Amino acid sequence: MDLATLWFMIIAVLWLGYLFLEGFDFGVGMLLPVLARDEDERRVMVNTIGPVWDGNEVWLLVAGGATFAAFPGWYASLFSSAYLALLLFLVALIGRGVAFEYRGKVDTDRWRRGWDTVIVGCSWVAALGVGLVLSWNVWGLPLDAAGDRVGGPFAFLGWPTLLGAVAVAGFALVHGAAFTALKTEGPLRERARALALRTAPIALVPLAVLLVLVQLRSGSLWTWVPLLVVVGAAATALLRLRAAREGQAFAALGVAVAATVVTLFGALYPDVLPSTVDPAFSLTVAGAASSPYTLTVMSWVALFGTPAVLVYQGWTYWVFRKRIGVHHLPPVHTP
Amino acid sequence: MCGVDVLDLARWQFGITTVYHFLMVPLTIGLAVLVAGMQTAWVRTGDVKYLRMTKFWGKLMLVNFAMGVVTGIVQEFQFGMSWSEYSRFVGDVFGAPLAMEGLVAFFVESTFLGLWIFGWDRLSKRVHLACAWAFSLATIASAYFILAANSWMQHPVGVELVDGRPRLTSIWAVLGNNTALTAVPHAIAGCFAVAGAFLVGIGTWHLCRREPEDQPVWRASVKLGGVVGLVAFAALALSGDAQGKLMFEQQPMKMAAAEALCHTEQPASFSVFAVGDVSRPDCESVKSITVPALLSFLAHNDFTTEVRGIDQLVAEYQRAYGTNYPVDERLGELSGKPVDYVPNLPVTYWAFRFMIGFGALSALTGAAVLWFTRKGRTPRSKWLPRLALAGIATPFVGNSFGWIFTEMGRQPFVVAPNPSGVDGVWLFTARGVSGVTAGEVLTSLIALTTVYAVLAGVEFYLIRRYARAGVAGVMPPKDTDDTEPGDKLAFAY
Repeated sequence: MDLATLWFMIIAVLWLGYLFLEGFDFGVGMLLPVLARDEDERRVMVNTIGPVWDGNEVWLLVAGGATFAAFPGWYASLFSSAYLALLLFLVALIGRGVAFEYRGKVDTDRWRRGWDTVIVGCSWVAALGVGLVLSWNVWGLPLDAAGDRVGGPFAFLGWPTLLGAVAVAGFALVHGAAFTALKTEGPLRERARALALRTAPIALVPLAVLLVLVQLRSGSLWTWVPLLVVVGAAATALLRLRAAREGQAFAALGVAVAATVVTLFGALYPDVLPSTVDPAFSLTVAGAASSPYTLTVMSWVALFGTPAVLVYQGWTYWVFRKRIGVHHLPPVHTP
Repeated sequence: MCGVDVLDLARWQFGITTVYHFLMVPLTIGLAVLVAGMQTAWVRTGDVKYLRMTKFWGKLMLVNFAMGVVTGIVQEFQFGMSWSEYSRFVGDVFGAPLAMEGLVAFFVESTFLGLWIFGWDRLSKRVHLACAWAFSLATIASAYFILAANSWMQHPVGVELVDGRPRLTSIWAVLGNNTALTAVPHAIAGCFAVAGAFLVGIGTWHLCRREPEDQPVWRASVKLGGVVGLVAFAALALSGDAQGKLMFEQQPMKMAAAEALCHTEQPASFSVFAVGDVSRPDCESVKSITVPALLSFLAHNDFTTEVRGIDQLVAEYQRAYGTNYPVDERLGELSGKPVDYVPNLPVTYWAFRFMIGFGALSALTGAAVLWFTRKGRTPRSKWLPRLALAGIATPFVGNSFGWIFTEMGRQPFVVAPNPSGVDGVWLFTARGVSGVTAGEVLTSLIALTTVYAVLAGVEFYLIRRYARAGVAGVMPPKDTDDTEPGDKLAFAY
C-alpha cells in the first residue's frame, strides 16, 4: 500500500475518533434540558464529560492538521468552499468550550442558565455543522479546475448535505443518551436509557438513509459489508440498552460509528474530494497527496504519536470511570 | 475589485484573531509552568503556602486556558478557509509542523489538563504533579512547533522548488531553522514576562491590603513574579538581539522598516524616537533622536557595518521579484499593478519601539515592586499596588506589538524570500488568499470579532472577580459534618 492511501486511512481514523468521542460530547450538551430535571442533574451531566471534552475536541484539530500536511489541496478546497458552514461550526465550538469552563464559576442561577443555553445551542449547531461538512465532502463539491468552489457562498446547502447534518446530529443524540446512561446513576440513568431507546428508531434513520444513498451513488461492492455492520451494531446497541447493559451498548455504538466512517471513506476512495462539475477536476488520493518525503516524516510521527495518545486518553477514561450521581457533587464554591 | 476586498478583509481577520489568541497564550504558557513549579514546591516541602499558591494561580490559569483553547481552534482552520491558495502553495512544508503540534502537544495539553483539574483526589500526589508538568511543558512544545511553522514563512529553508511549489526536502532544516531557534526563546521569554507581571500585579495588590491571612502567599508570589519578570526581560533582550542580527541577513527590508531607514547608512544610527511622518519616503520631514552607529552594532555586532536603506532595497527587490504583480484576475485591482515592497512604515516603526518600550516598562515595574517589598517590608503607599496592577498590561502590549511588527514587516510577502535559499520559494500575500467572496470573509470578521470581544469581557470579569477574592475564593473551607467522607468529588464544574 502506498503512503498516500495510508494517510487517507489515517485521516479516516482521526474522523472516526472525533465522531465517536465528540459525538457523545455533543449529545450530552444537546440533551441537557431534556434529561436533567434540576440544577444538580444538569451539573452531573456536564461533569460526565468534564475531564475529557477538551481532549476529545483535539481529534478534530489533528484531523484538520493531518489533512493540511498530507493533502493540502483537500484541506484548502474543502475549508474555503464550506466557509460559512465552517464558521458557524467554529463559533459553536468556541461557545461550548467556554461555557463548560465558565458555567460553574459564578454562583447564581442566571449565570448558569445563560451558559446552559450556550451549551445546548452550540452543541446542536456543532453537531449539525460537522455533519454538513463531512457530507459535503462525501457527496462532492462544485469544484473548478483550480480547486475553487463555483456556485457562491451557499453552494453547500442542498438536501444531501442537510441530510448529512441531520444524520450526525441524530447519531449524537442517541450516543449522548447512551453515554449519560453509562456514566450516571439513579433516575438520570433511567431517563437517559429510556430516551435513547425511544428516540433511536427515528434519530438513526437519517444516518441509515445517508449511508445507503452514498453506497448506491459511489460505493464499491465491499463497502456493503461495513454498511451492514452499521445496521447490526446499531440494533445490538439498542438490545443491550434494553437489557440495561450500557457499557456494551456504548461499545456497539462505537462499532457503528467506526463502520459508518469506513463506509463513507470507502465510498469516497480513490477520490478525496469529488468535483460535481467535472470528474476530471476531482481531487484524488494519488493526485492531492503531499510529497513522499513529507508523508514519510508524518508517518513516523503518527507511528509513535498515535499509540501514545490512545494509551493516555484511555487511561484518563479509566481514572474517571466511576458513575456520577447527584450525591457525588461537591458544594458550589465560588467567590 | 473583489480581490482587493477579500485580501484586505482576510488580512484584518487573521490579524485580529491572531492578536487575540496571543493575548491568552502567553499567560497560559507562563502561568502553567509557574503553577507546576508551585505545586512541586508544595509536594517537596509540604508547606501549605505553596498549595494555596497552586490553587489560586491555577484557577486563574484555567479561566484563561479555556479562552486560549477556543481561540486556537479558529487558527487551525483559517489557513484553509481564507488562505486556500497559500495553503496549496506551502502545504507540503507548513502542514507538517502543524500536524505535529496537534499530535505531540495539543493532545498532551488537553488530556493532562483534564486530569489535573479533576484528579486532585483520584491520583497520587506525584502522578498529579506529573500531570501539571506534562501539560505545562506541552504548551511550550506547541509554541515551538507553531513558531517553526511561522519562521518558515519568514525564512523558508529545507525545500526544493517542484512545479512552482516548495517541496520539503529536510524536516530537520525546518525544525532547526535558525529563525525558529531564536524566535522560540524570544516568544517564551515574552510569555514569562506576562506571567511575572501578572503575579506581581495581583500579588502586590493583596500584599498592600495587609490582609492577615495569606501574607506569605502574596509575598512569595510577588517575589517569584518579580524575579521571573526580570529574568524574562534579560532573555528577551538577548534573544531579541540575536533575532535582529538574523533579520539583518534574512529580511533586510524588515530591518529597514523597523527603523524607517530611507537611505543606506554606514555606519547606521539607531532611531530612538521620531517626530514627523515616518511614512514619507524621503525622510526629509522626520526629526529623529538617534544613537550613532548603534544600528550597525545591532545588525552585525560592529559599529561600522553598512545597513541598507529602503530606497536601495526597493530597487534590489524589484530586480529580484519583479516590478509588477502578474496579470491575473484573482489579484483583482492589484493585477498588473506595481508591487509596493515597503511595509506599512508607521506600523513597523512604532510597533518596534512600543514592543521594546513596554517590555522595559514591565521589567521596571517588577524591579520597583521587588525593591519596595525587600526584606519583608510592606509598603504603605497607595500608588505602588496601582502601578503594579497597571503593570500587568505592559507585557501584553509589548507582545502584541512584537507580533504586529514581525508579521507586518514581511509584507507584501506571505512567504518571504530567503536571500540565500532556493529561487522562487516566496509568495505575495495577494496571491495566497482564497477564491471566496468578500461577503463571506466580512461575515467571519464581524462574527469572530464580536464573539471574541464579548468573551474577552467575560474572561476579564471572571479573572478580576477571582483575583480580588484571593485564595479563599478557590479553596472551600473543609466540611466538618461530611456524612460520606471520600464520596464527594474533589472538583466538579
